[in-house]
Formats: sequence, C-alpha cells, structure tokens
Amino acid sequence: MGVGIQVDKLNAWFGKTQALQEINMTVAANHATAVIGPSGCGKSTFVRCLNRMHETIPEARATGRVRIGDMDVYNGSSATHIRRRIGMVFQKPNPFPTMSIYDNVAAGLKLNGFRDRKRLDEIVERSLTYAALFTEVKDTMHKKSGASLSGGQQQRLCIARALAVEPQVLLMDEPCSALDPISTGKIEELIFQLKERFTIVIVTHNMQQASRVAEFTGFFLLGKLIEFDKTEKIFTNPSDKRTEDYITGRFG
Amino acid sequence: MASSTALTNDFAAAPISLRRRLMDWTATGAAVAAVVLVLAPLGAIFGYLVYKGIGAVNWNFLTQIPKPPGEVGGGMANAIAGSAYILMIASVIGVPIGIGAGIYLAEYGRNRFGDVIRFTADVLNGVPSIVIGIVAYGIVVLRQGHFSALAGGVALAIMMIPTITRATEEMLLLVPNVVREAAYGLGVSRWRTTLSITLRTATSGVITGVMLAFARVAGETAPLLFTAFGNTYWNWKINEPTAALSLQVFTYATSPYDDWHRQAWAGALMLIVLIVLSVTAVRIAARRGMKGA
Repeated sequence: MGVGIQVDKLNAWFGKTQALQEINMTVAANHATAVIGPSGCGKSTFVRCLNRMHETIPEARATGRVRIGDMDVYNGSSATHIRRRIGMVFQKPNPFPTMSIYDNVAAGLKLNGFRDRKRLDEIVERSLTYAALFTEVKDTMHKKSGASLSGGQQQRLCIARALAVEPQVLLMDEPCSALDPISTGKIEELIFQLKERFTIVIVTHNMQQASRVAEFTGFFLLGKLIEFDKTEKIFTNPSDKRTEDYITGRFG
Repeated sequence: MASSTALTNDFAAAPISLRRRLMDWTATGAAVAAVVLVLAPLGAIFGYLVYKGIGAVNWNFLTQIPKPPGEVGGGMANAIAGSAYILMIASVIGVPIGIGAGIYLAEYGRNRFGDVIRFTADVLNGVPSIVIGIVAYGIVVLRQGHFSALAGGVALAIMMIPTITRATEEMLLLVPNVVREAAYGLGVSRWRTTLSITLRTATSGVITGVMLAFARVAGETAPLLFTAFGNTYWNWKINEPTAALSLQVFTYATSPYDDWHRQAWAGALMLIVLIVLSVTAVRIAARRGMKGA
C-alpha cells in the first residue's frame, strides 16, 4: 500500500551551488504526482532527495524535513533502510549487465540477505507481472542477461526490480526519455495500474505525459517550486504567470 | 526534399577516386605491418625456444630432479613444482592486496591519500626487480635467518601488487555510475554494491589485470636469487629454500656443461608453457564461474 509524502523546507546543494530552495510539498498516497520544469530546474535533485540518493554524489547535501508515511527520511533512519522502502527508476535503463533477468529482479532481495528460493521465485514472477514483462521473458529469464533485452523491456525490468523489494513509494526520474513511443505508452499504462499499490512521483520533460498519468503536478523553476496543484488546474488555469509561460511553450 | 535526395544519389554514384583508394590501401597496410611487427618478436622467441628446447624435454626432464654437476641426465621436476609453488604463494598474498587497493582507489580514493597511493603504485611498478628481491631479503630472509619459498613469494607478490591495483582501479572506473546507483536505489549498502555489483561487473577486466601481473612475475629471476635461493632437491616446506625454473635456467645456462645448456633451453620453454597454461586455465574457469553465478 502506498503512503503519502510530506516535504517541509527542503534545501539541497551541490558544493556551494544551491539546487533546491525551501521546497514544501504534500504528495497524496496512491496517486501519481508529476514534477515538470525546464532542464536544470532541480526536478531530478528533488526526487533524489526523497530517497537520499542525492547524498551519494560527492559534496552534495540536503537539509529540511521529508516524511514518507510515518518515516522521517533525514532523521533517525539509515539511507539504505529508506531506499528499501522507496523504489527508484532511472532515466536510462540500468539493468545489472552481468546478471540474468531473474537475478536482476531478485538482486534487491538477495543482496540484502534474502535466501528463501521458493519465495524469491514467487516475488520475481509477481514483480515481472506487475511490470507487464512476465509473459515476454518467462521462458528465458534464467538464461538471458538483462542487457540483452530491448530498451523498453529493460526499463520495465528496472521497474520490476524496484517493485521486488516491495516499496511504498516509487520514484521515476524521466523513465521514458530514452524510449520510443510504443514503449513509452506501455510504461504509462503501467503507471496507471501501479498507482493502486504505490505512491508514484514521476519527473518528466514531457507535459503531455504529465497530464496523462498524474493527478497532481508540481512546476519547478530555478530550484524553486513555483506551483503545485491538480494537474488539470496546472495545465488549464495556472495561478502563476511563469507556469503559464512554460506550459504554453514560451520558454524551456 | 527532392534536391537533397538527388544529392545523396550523386554522391553514392560517384566513383571512389584513385587517391582515396591508395590512402585506404596504405592505411590498411600500415596497420597490418604494425601487427606483424608486434607479433614477430613473440613468434620468433617462442619458435626459437621450441627449436632449442624441445629436444631436451622428455619424461626424465619432467619427473626427475637434477643430477650432480657433470653427470648427464636428470631433470627439472622440482623446479617446475617450485615455480608453481612460489607463484601460488605470491598470488595468495598479492592478489587480495592488489584488488583491495584497486577497490579503494576506484570507489573511495578520489582524494589526496588516493593520489599518494596511485603515485606510489606507479613508482613501485618501475622499481628494478633486484631491488624488490633485496627488500624481501630484508623483511623475510634476515628475520627468519634462512632462504625460503615464502621469501620468494613475498618478493613476487610485491611486484604483482601495483599492476593488479592499477588494473583493478581502471576496470572498476569503467563500470558506469548508473549501475552503482541502481544498487543504491534498491537499498543495497555501499560495500555490498562494490563487491557484488561493481566488482562483479568488472570481473573479466580485473582477471586480465591479475593474469598480466602473474605472467610478468612468473619469469622473474632476480628477486628469487636471494629469497627462494634455489634447491637441487624437492621442497614443499614454506620455510625452506625452493627451486624455481627461472633460477634453474640461470644456473644451467651459465654452467660449463653441454647437457645443462640443453636443459636450460628446455626449462625456459617449460616456463612459457607453464604461464600460457595457467593463464588459459584461469580464463576458462572465470568464464564458467560467470555463467554459473
């Protein structure tokens, strides 16, 4: 079951450069929330702060408060513990190149010490089914490597891999930007179904995509959250002039 | 649109000029010549070794220990085994340290301390092997009070470490960062990611580095002169002087006996065969292991 996310006064830096300024946002449980904005506006940094991936970059740091369900992300929990409860799908499909399809999906559990073969089989099958990949790979998943799949399949494999550790939130950082329109359509369809079980935050460059998959949309500009509202409102009647300029294509 | 299509067609239909064909031949020819130049010495050395050495390779050579000076016959069985033994000791010491240091440099060493290690490794790589032998003599032989297989192994290990370290570092740095991030994103800790994801992705490259280091030290003579020292009898004790092919070749080649000269050639041939066999075996084993895992 998904949980809500509460962000208060989130600031993030790369060395001395401030990438995010005083972000406040409430993400509803079991809904998809889109994050849009021009390149370099901090939208990727924002989602990477939600699961503390931001701090894996040298000299990067963040302050503020992020609550995911009843868990305080920056206070009292280890980063690895948090990342187990918040799945992430990256811009470029990144399956583990030396592992089979099965091992890719099982990786998160195996590497954290999970050894029950039978349960693993069940979880892998279920995760691949959720990611709409199972029927395509069920005969070859033990033999073929994850890298042998097509780009769109690889991205669904990465989604399955993220789902296998049973997170409550799924963060997607431009998951379709490297994919063709058909694969993109499949992933968007998937997001619709996944919403029933997970809370989804999706960064996207594509405004049609935001309006298709997300109930809520946040518009970022120069490290600030300019406007956050129902997707419909953002795209039809934004309150802020800058939002309007961006969605009507006047910049970005 | 029409004009651009026409342009493309014109271009494709145009005959390739003589000048371009000549350039093509010259460049290809130069590349082939370079390959021949690189491979020729290797082929020449191996061919000459086989020519000079194969005559003395026989069952006795492979199974017997040396006869007293002046007597015809005997073999290098103890030296072949000794070389394998010393190299095993060197690998057991050198490979874990080398790979460990390489992991540190690639994953944690983006700082001053890392730069110091990198510089040290590069300098160590250039230190003459006889000097490494003196170091091993100082830290093992003097302390133990006698020559030993262990001292020889330590000397060779010191020579292997910098090569393995830098190769491991290079190979780990080739693993794209998105692969590490994928593991972090699953809640896998950093050290676990390094061992189970990054190192595993780079395995074949790291093995190449290890094999390079192994092959390089396998034929070393100077560092063994006053460490392993050599032995005309069998020895399996880590604390006793041990025969080695390279030492035996050195001793026999500088002796006044014709039979020993023939055996020296055969010993040199065995040394190369030993290296080729072990490198091949490790490669096959690694490929199996990667598939099985």
